[in-house]
Amino acid sequence: MSAVKALKEERVVAEHEGRQITIIPRYCKGCEICVKLCPQSVLEIKDFKVHVARIQDCTECMLCEIRCPDFAIEIAGKGKKGKS
Amino acid sequence: MAFNYDKYMRPGKLPHIWCPGCAHGIVMKSIIRALDRVGLDKDRTVIVSGIGCASRMPGYVDFNTLHTTHGRSLAFATGVKMADPSLNVICVAGDGDSLAIGGNHFIHACRRNIDITMIVFNNNIYGMTGGQFSPTTPHGKLASTTPYGNPDYAFDVAELSMGAGATYVSRGTVYHAIPLERQIADGITHKGFSVIDALCTCPTTYGRRNKLGSPIDMILWFKDNTVGLKAAQKLSPEELEGKILTGVFRNDIKPEYCEEYQKIIEMAQGAVAGG
Repeated sequence: MSAVKALKEERVVAEHEGRQITIIPRYCKGCEICVKLCPQSVLEIKDFKVHVARIQDCTECMLCEIRCPDFAIEIAGKGKKGKS
Repeated sequence: MAFNYDKYMRPGKLPHIWCPGCAHGIVMKSIIRALDRVGLDKDRTVIVSGIGCASRMPGYVDFNTLHTTHGRSLAFATGVKMADPSLNVICVAGDGDSLAIGGNHFIHACRRNIDITMIVFNNNIYGMTGGQFSPTTPHGKLASTTPYGNPDYAFDVAELSMGAGATYVSRGTVYHAIPLERQIADGITHKGFSVIDALCTCPTTYGRRNKLGSPIDMILWFKDNTVGLKAAQKLSPEELEGKILTGVFRNDIKPEYCEEYQKIIEMAQGAVAGG
């Protein structure tokens, strides 16, 4: 398991009242699928990578997470503990 | 709630080689979630692929994987399944890989009704080799080898596989990723040959040449241009003009090939033992 842990990528975590949006910048290719799908405009592209701009508006609809082709977004719900 | 993909991924393989906005990643995620939903044992599952963009997928997932020659994924998968029928064999292939180069293997695997799940990553083009037209490129669309528009008419994967005799046939899109996951899970649990036509996008070689917009425009196109089978029954033929039908087209039970083959083995052995 130590080898697996050593390969863990750098994660950028945004937090708001128990809700967590994790972005893995090295995986993100800046395709903007998540940005355009988000009904609340939570996400933004900065320097060709996705950034969490307005986490307080997130409704955890998971549209971005399910359709991110690059495994770059993870959302952990409010008051619930993420499986990871 | 976030799904933990790490359990099914080979560590250190990401980011994958697919272009920015390529929807193959969405299908791959659907497949992983479907495998988790069915609860398959990683060591008893084999994912077989051929050559092409879609066929790079088994390299990222932590199952028994087999990366084979162009179009022959089903031939290898048939061999694996026949050698040990208790394995869960899943085939992933692109549209060109499965329908042009491997078209012969595809129809005959459908005909035999061997218990393999075939997931066709249907992005209407040969992406990896530079955007040549494939058997599913729609009529009139541009590709690098059809600069004045494609004169051929496209294969309908669902109708082709139904005609050839597959017993589970469904079509999903990357926009409808959750129904696609359900269809893949049903296809895996189905006893017999299952074909899931997963409509994907190729923004780099297909979308760009045909001016279909950004990756998200191509994904949202599926939202407006596909109709579920149940909804389609209430619509008139005029309203269905140009729409793509999605859903489960067929879910039949027919004798499965490995079981039939086992019967022949037992019959032949019985004949020998009986003298």
